[in-house]
Amino acid sequence: MSTDVVDKDKRRFLTAATSVVGAVGAGFVCVPFIASWMPSERAKNAGAPVEADISKLEEGRMMIVEWQSKPVWIVRRSQQMLDSLPKLNDNLRDPNSDISDQQPEYAQNEFRSRKPEILVLIGICTHLGCSPTYRPDIAPADLGDDWLGGFFCPCHSSKFDMAGRVYSGVPAPTNLPVPPHYYLTENTILVGEEGEAA
Amino acid sequence: MGKIIGWIDDRFPLMKMWNEHLAEYYAPKNFNFWYYFGSLALLVLVIQIVSGIFLAMHYKPDAELAFASVEYIMRDVPYGWLIRYIHSTGATAFFVVVYLHMLRGLMYGSYKKPRELIWLFGMFIYLCLMAEAFMGYLLPWGQMSYWGAQVIISLFGAIPVIGDDLTLWIRGDFVISDATLNRFYSLHIVALPLVLIFLVIAHILALHEVGSNNPDGVEIKKNKDANGIPLDGIPFHPYYTVKDIVGVAVFLFFFATVMFYFPDGGGYLLEHANFVASDPLKTPEHIVPVWYFTPFYAILRAVPDKLLGVGAMGAAIILLFFMPWIDRCKVKSIRYRSIIYKINLGVFIVSFVVLGWLAMQHVTTTITLLSQLFSILYFGFFIVLYITSKNEQTKPVPDRVTE
Amino acid sequence: MKNIILTITLSLFSVTAFAAGGAVHIDSAPIDTSDMESVKRGAKHFVDYCMGCHQAEYMRYNRIARDTGMTEAELRENLIFTTNKKGEPIKVGDLMKSAMTPEYAELAFGTEVPDLTLSARARGADWLYAYLRKFYIDPYRPTGMNNLVFPDVAMPHVLQSLQGTLEPIYKTEMRQGVEVEYVVGLELIKAGSMTTEEYNAFVADLVNFMVYLAEPIQNERKSLGIKVLIFLVVFFVLAYMLKKEYWKDVH
Repeated sequence: MSTDVVDKDKRRFLTAATSVVGAVGAGFVCVPFIASWMPSERAKNAGAPVEADISKLEEGRMMIVEWQSKPVWIVRRSQQMLDSLPKLNDNLRDPNSDISDQQPEYAQNEFRSRKPEILVLIGICTHLGCSPTYRPDIAPADLGDDWLGGFFCPCHSSKFDMAGRVYSGVPAPTNLPVPPHYYLTENTILVGEEGEAA
Repeated sequence: MGKIIGWIDDRFPLMKMWNEHLAEYYAPKNFNFWYYFGSLALLVLVIQIVSGIFLAMHYKPDAELAFASVEYIMRDVPYGWLIRYIHSTGATAFFVVVYLHMLRGLMYGSYKKPRELIWLFGMFIYLCLMAEAFMGYLLPWGQMSYWGAQVIISLFGAIPVIGDDLTLWIRGDFVISDATLNRFYSLHIVALPLVLIFLVIAHILALHEVGSNNPDGVEIKKNKDANGIPLDGIPFHPYYTVKDIVGVAVFLFFFATVMFYFPDGGGYLLEHANFVASDPLKTPEHIVPVWYFTPFYAILRAVPDKLLGVGAMGAAIILLFFMPWIDRCKVKSIRYRSIIYKINLGVFIVSFVVLGWLAMQHVTTTITLLSQLFSILYFGFFIVLYITSKNEQTKPVPDRVTE
Repeated sequence: MKNIILTITLSLFSVTAFAAGGAVHIDSAPIDTSDMESVKRGAKHFVDYCMGCHQAEYMRYNRIARDTGMTEAELRENLIFTTNKKGEPIKVGDLMKSAMTPEYAELAFGTEVPDLTLSARARGADWLYAYLRKFYIDPYRPTGMNNLVFPDVAMPHVLQSLQGTLEPIYKTEMRQGVEVEYVVGLELIKAGSMTTEEYNAFVADLVNFMVYLAEPIQNERKSLGIKVLIFLVVFFVLAYMLKKEYWKDVH
């Protein structure tokens, strides 16, 4: 063993420097492994925007298209349905769509849509991920007299109105989300892309 | 910090293990270049396990999907290509490191008393690694995967009486098929890694029980100071940890060079024919096992009889297990052994390398003759060693390590 | 069982046979995989001339666009013509499958039509470059054409209108008492729409694309590699100094 005095500062510095550089390296090594869990090109392609042709969609009816393996509802609402919306405001948790994550800016209006009559929603309950059923009928026996049409989740009885707005006093916390979408033509919607600012 | 460690220590031998295996494990101070490969082998094991776990998340062990799923990993999974190249380069790195580690054992007599068990555990690790590599090689499901497995599994058919039934049982079908792929996948990712980890632990525990050998082959435990610490020993941590980190940096430099710039190693690491999906009706023109198996494959090809060929190939591996008893010389290190041993070991290394090269060549009369010659030299090593080591003219071994 | 072994052993020991024993000169392909303009041209050739029958079923269209800097519109305009097998329009992220089903292709050519995604890795760029330039007239073949580097290939010479027609120059030789005829060279007897230089450049672009196609990540791989190596050098220097410092105790 040498009798030189150990240069503790130098030792400490080199230990720290090597550790830090080594830790940075280890951090970079983690990147590809973590990144490999992100959606692959295959998943991205499967989740690419889809076109929906609404020319044959009748008033009051709903059609479903699949986007990113999720059901997307498109409903052509009748004037009576649109008229019913403001009447419900007192029974709703977020009547003015203040939670901005639930819809793009162009759908943050009283109808929650780009065009008043056409409603586009992701059909997955914001409670625990079931897909609610479309119940346009008014005051049916099972939903009570004040039901003015909307969506009812059979899993835990969450209720949404004809704009996908959630009722208060049900398990679902927020309104049904509106996916990014825009009109390619009068009667074709591209679901999954924002398009130019509305 | 100290409190937490104290709390744990009351319940789990954390500091005890740390001291026993690192801070107060006294290793000889004269380790040289050859002593990097043990820790590097451990590093590669970790690399293979981690990259393998992530590959298994995207790979499909299904004859219809396997080949495409590898290309899916290479193209569609974010950084999948990198993870796959890490794993494929890691396979080669594993064998490079393990072969050098074994050569170190041969040079410095690390298999001799009292380290026979360390060597045996090591040989089982090597055997397990060969099985692991072989089964992993089937998974890409290319032409080489398929036909390589076909040939190797057919070797078992050479065993008298049960041979044919045995090959059928291994494959689970009349040819290599989905059933074979699926069971090899299971063994490759679960069973063999478990065995491997267990063996590695046993290997290290046995080593730390008797202590490390060194390039002088001197037992450092014979010379201790008043505190019972070997005079020629230094604590593994920090001295060998910092030294091994340097080794890791150099090793990773080579590893990254191959991985980023020669991932298919000119067709030796990822073979050209393996970029063609497997086809049970068409054998590729030139089948060769991956480089790390070639020396044994050359011995197989050198013998013009199926059963004897398989036997010779098996013997070439099994003989290594018996090194502690074949080598009867008391002196461990090559530094103090006779010129005969040096030449003998030299010839052995040369024949191992040349055999590896010969197996990659197209068979001609010359190649076969050379394979036979070098096979004889390979086996000759053990015979010559057994005969000459009993009364070998050795040099005096110093009491203490040199340098 | 014995038979399987025999077959395997025989094929093991067989040697690659070139056209009737004549050594074929395979020159190195003049390609540069970092030249994305060339890859782009090659992609167009590939779609125009190869994808009628062949697929690149592990590759996605939009990957080419991303790597060569094409917009989605350019991609649609230049590379995507077909509909998929169900007749639906192809999405930009779809795999490059051909409109022809493999079953139909097999019927038409009497052999499996290979997928081309990985052929540059299976065969090598030089082989492809030679293969696409060494078709010659052979009246004994069903397509009327043979190939120097791939004897008796089933594929017709789809680029003949560009390259022109090559005629073989034969040489006969006595081997083991048998007269053997083999091809020693090729001669252009009817010009195509391109000069030889133009055609070679055309094939080089195509091969360049196929090399890219076989491993689209290769340019990124190399550029990431150098960063990793530089990092490791820095780490090595520090680790080495640390080791030196500690080992002062020992020496």
